[in-house]
Amino acid sequence: MQFLSYLVNGISLGSIYAVIALGYTMVYGIARMLNFAHGDVIMVGGYVAFVMMTSLGLPALAAICAAVVVCTLLGVAIERVAYKPLREAPSLAVLITAIGMSYLLQNLALLIWGSAPKSFTSVVSIEPLRLFGGQLVVTGETLVTIVTSAVIMVALTLFVNKTKVGHAMQAVSEDKGAAQLMGINVNATISLTFAIGSALAAVAGVLLCSAYPTLMPTTGAMPGIKAFVAAVFGGIGSIPGAMLGGVLLGIIESLSKAYISSQMADAIVFGVLIIVLLVRPAGILGKQMREKV
Amino acid sequence: MKMKPLSRSFRRDLVTYGMVVVMFLAIQLLSGMGMLTNSLSGQLVPICAYIIMAISLNLTVGILGELSLGHAGFMSVGGFVGAFVSVCVGDAVPGWLCFALALLAGTAAAALFGFLIGIPVLRLQGDYLAIVTLAFGEIIKNLLNSFYVGRDASGFHVSLKDALSLNLDETGDVIINGAQGITGMPRSATFGLGFVLILITLFIVLNLINSRTGRAIMSIRDNRIAAESVGVNVTRYKLIAFTISAALAGLAGALYAHNFSSLVAKKFDYNTSILILVFVVVGGMGNIRGSIIAAALLTILPELLRGFSDYRMLVYAVVLIVMMLFNQSPQLVAWRRRLAARLPLPRKKAAAGEKEV
Repeated sequence: MQFLSYLVNGISLGSIYAVIALGYTMVYGIARMLNFAHGDVIMVGGYVAFVMMTSLGLPALAAICAAVVVCTLLGVAIERVAYKPLREAPSLAVLITAIGMSYLLQNLALLIWGSAPKSFTSVVSIEPLRLFGGQLVVTGETLVTIVTSAVIMVALTLFVNKTKVGHAMQAVSEDKGAAQLMGINVNATISLTFAIGSALAAVAGVLLCSAYPTLMPTTGAMPGIKAFVAAVFGGIGSIPGAMLGGVLLGIIESLSKAYISSQMADAIVFGVLIIVLLVRPAGILGKQMREKV
Repeated sequence: MKMKPLSRSFRRDLVTYGMVVVMFLAIQLLSGMGMLTNSLSGQLVPICAYIIMAISLNLTVGILGELSLGHAGFMSVGGFVGAFVSVCVGDAVPGWLCFALALLAGTAAAALFGFLIGIPVLRLQGDYLAIVTLAFGEIIKNLLNSFYVGRDASGFHVSLKDALSLNLDETGDVIINGAQGITGMPRSATFGLGFVLILITLFIVLNLINSRTGRAIMSIRDNRIAAESVGVNVTRYKLIAFTISAALAGLAGALYAHNFSSLVAKKFDYNTSILILVFVVVGGMGNIRGSIIAAALLTILPELLRGFSDYRMLVYAVVLIVMMLFNQSPQLVAWRRRLAARLPLPRKKAAAGEKEV
């Protein structure tokens, strides 16, 4: 029974990773860049929701909407200011810019909200679910997280595969030049990808802070990096892969925290990344890319 | 005997050495006149360590052309191994020998780590390589945080759980105490020693760059496929550069460790790696002299400008972004050139600026 509860915790944590990983994977698929600042957009989402709920006293749903709007605008603005001018630049330059952006967001949050951790009030008010005569308790946050992630996953898959805009996104990720020739507005498509990814980050931020209610300027950094691990694990560029990778990674982290050592859990998660990259660099569901000379 | 004219690279290197010597003498002079504040003179050895770190990271980022985000990990390996050695042999041998042994051990251990990590990591490229170095940096930090070593009459005991499970007898003491780190090193690092170590580092790196090996490494950076096709063994040269870079980071770590009487693994986290990266980027990637200046200035400036310290990291972040945009964005580079053409500047300087990166 203990094992089951660790497993449920792992799936819940993994669902959050999965939602974050979706943002990474979509941006990587289209812009071919590792958006280091993605994790910090999560943190911004958490803070915006926090301010809306505690300072302005808005209901949880309004706070979430505000967080989504702010993060979407932020994501698009980051892309426009920092990444768009570097679209033709070497990947090293883009990566360093992204790291700079991540640092900028963290330090702005530090200046605005201070370094003291804020305790986040959960947005979920569902009674915990008691199974097996109360032996297995599933909290409301866990339920909401898992359900929300599943809904997002399905909606996003439908969006990318069934709509015209979704097809445009796929086309841009295949070949920017050819997509442009077909009359697709590449810049708008990339902006849209950043917008969707950042909106998802806001949702992930609220879910993350509800489940683990301490909010600091560095809150997003570690989950962000782990979600990237999840995206690579599942196969970068693949939406079902991000979901699968996220959940698996959450389970691995939760179980290794429980059975091996809580100190070493992060080391194990990163160990998984290294092994995946060495054995199957394309991830579980990813396509093997041919190198063009 | 007729003097051969000095080559351009040799003259350039001489300027770099000269600059370090002048900086050293200037600071010695200032400190002799009592012009240095306490906090600044306490920073002298860390500045030396950071300069060595910046030079060593520049070898990976600027010369090899791969981004390492876990460089602080190698620094911590060097620091911990160095500190461990000097705590263990500190009573048995004279102080200078103990320090020399610690430096050697720290350098060797970091080199070994760099080599072992380099074998798998260097098969990857670009973003993946960067994220894996970050992963290794975090793994090293996590391992050191839960690493316990003790010593008693029957020898050394190692544990990954806690200090109690070391099973030490009553004569034993804990040397490395997990998250509390290692304590009791002699504080034998001085500014003079740091200066000598910087010169040694410079000697190694500059000679490497000007050698056949260095040219092979830079050819991989400029075009891996072309380099491979003319017979450069890419993996081998990447591994050479990465290992030397890690070894020098270990040297810096060992130097750093002996400036304080205690050392914790948390000090060498991702933020430290980024700080060093900022030094390298601000100084100019591939420009060793720039790394030295940037590391020294960016460590001293926050000390001098007290009110600035709150905004320090914010400014670094902005500097990183702006530097990249201005050096790499086609539109901004073109705009910068138009501006430079309009200003009555000597033309040579503008041309030299474009050659960098």
